[in-house]
Amino acid sequence: MDSAIKYNENVVRQFALMTVVWGVVGMAVGVLIAAQLIWPALNFDVPWLSYGRLRPLHTNAVIFAFGGSALFATSYWVVQRTCHTPLFLPRLASFTFWGWQTVIVLAAITLPLGITQSKEYAELEWPIAVLIAVVWISYAIVFFGTIVKRNVKHIYVANWFYGAFIITIAVLHIVNNLAIPVSLTKSYPVYAGAVDAMVQWWYGHNAVGFFLTAGFLGMMYYFIPKQANRPIYSYRLSIVHFWALISTYMWAGPHHLHYTALPEWAQSLGMVFSLILLAPSWGGMINGIMTLSGAWHKLRTDPILKFLIVSLSFYGMATFEGPMMSIKTVNALSHYTDWTIGHVHAGALGWVAFITFGAIYALIPKLYGREVMHSVKAIELHFWIATIGVVLYIAAMWIAGVMQGLMWRAVNPDGTLTYTFIESLVATYPYYMVRLLGGILFLIGMLIMAWNVWMTTRPVKAGETVTAAQEA
Amino acid sequence: MDINTFYGLITLVLMIIFVAIVFWAYSSKRKESFDEAARLPLEENREHSGHDRREDKGHE
Repeated sequence: MDSAIKYNENVVRQFALMTVVWGVVGMAVGVLIAAQLIWPALNFDVPWLSYGRLRPLHTNAVIFAFGGSALFATSYWVVQRTCHTPLFLPRLASFTFWGWQTVIVLAAITLPLGITQSKEYAELEWPIAVLIAVVWISYAIVFFGTIVKRNVKHIYVANWFYGAFIITIAVLHIVNNLAIPVSLTKSYPVYAGAVDAMVQWWYGHNAVGFFLTAGFLGMMYYFIPKQANRPIYSYRLSIVHFWALISTYMWAGPHHLHYTALPEWAQSLGMVFSLILLAPSWGGMINGIMTLSGAWHKLRTDPILKFLIVSLSFYGMATFEGPMMSIKTVNALSHYTDWTIGHVHAGALGWVAFITFGAIYALIPKLYGREVMHSVKAIELHFWIATIGVVLYIAAMWIAGVMQGLMWRAVNPDGTLTYTFIESLVATYPYYMVRLLGGILFLIGMLIMAWNVWMTTRPVKAGETVTAAQEA
Repeated sequence: MDINTFYGLITLVLMIIFVAIVFWAYSSKRKESFDEAARLPLEENREHSGHDRREDKGHE
């Protein structure tokens, strides 16, 4: 029956390819700004290349361009396949592709020009924010329309996670971007003071919780069973995982505002919910990893599965570290240090990027009518280079962060500070070098992937298929 | 009603809902239906996955 269904693969192909393109761009900008922190002269005294403008370009490119394109690609693939029906309103789906790419290009133009709302991860000014809202609502119509017209009884759990991600991001984006425009490129938020901060971090943390977690968990719940060729370890656990995760994440935002003007009770509430989050996070991780129970040998031979399973290990690390850092006394040490940067990258590189690599490597051959990627050995190489890169990156930032926190809080017996700020900066340089090295390795892995994808998408020649089959 | 009593009740209600979800998910009545749902990703393109499945059995 299903072989007769003509699935809409065009929009999936487009988003899958742009995932790779934006991955290269976003990570390259990341490497540049990591180098700028060591050699500030690398901004060449050009305002457009200054750290403060390129840093949001990096975060937007990797989260929304790379991660976003991956989420669009995989969700469109998964919802069709698990609902046994082609996409609802394919033209609207095509609009979401062109609309989303327009948003990214506009971001790449406006952020270096210094046009920004100055809200972290929500920097884009109001005309672009409006376009995002339109694209996002279109995405929701296509996705949920496809679910409504499904030809199977169940809504597979991956679609629950994708669905929660789509709805929540719509709500978060619209509420956090409520602003009064004063010109085409400038607006002021409707919120003020501590309320503005709380709305921003309610948005910010749920962007982590739903964009970077729930969406990618949807990817996990489809691609791990698919790649391992066995059903998820426990479907029951996946349901408890879903409801526990989405109802807890919503309240964790205040941990970004410990020891600020935010009321004490809100800070404590954020901390408690962050601690509770460990349970659903680890439940999901265990569910994914245990899917391989009885088939661990597959990890030895399948580099795609390596990416997918190791991503869950990093997810487990990051979701242990996060609750720990949300404890106020720990946060007193870690906040404003590079430990936070390390934590974010354990999640962003180790979890989000790794599961994306696995999913895209699984998708590309299917989208281009090939059995496997052009070079399976190159996937293996990518895996090891990227793993070493992440480990160097996060280890360097852990050490740097704890050191900075200890230096900043050290006081002499007479109550004066033991270290000046510049002393902590000088002490951080070696770790910035290690971080840069980790970032370069991760970027090299991304370039290997780009080459491999390019070779796979080229028309097949007789000799090449033989090579691919031999490697597999 | 005192606001703190209200907070306490809300917490209680949410805990009951959570326990109810766990019981619902783990009731034996649902097992068959969930097993069916869990196979959804593996059921498309039968002709492609047939080869892998046979290979799988040898190791289990």
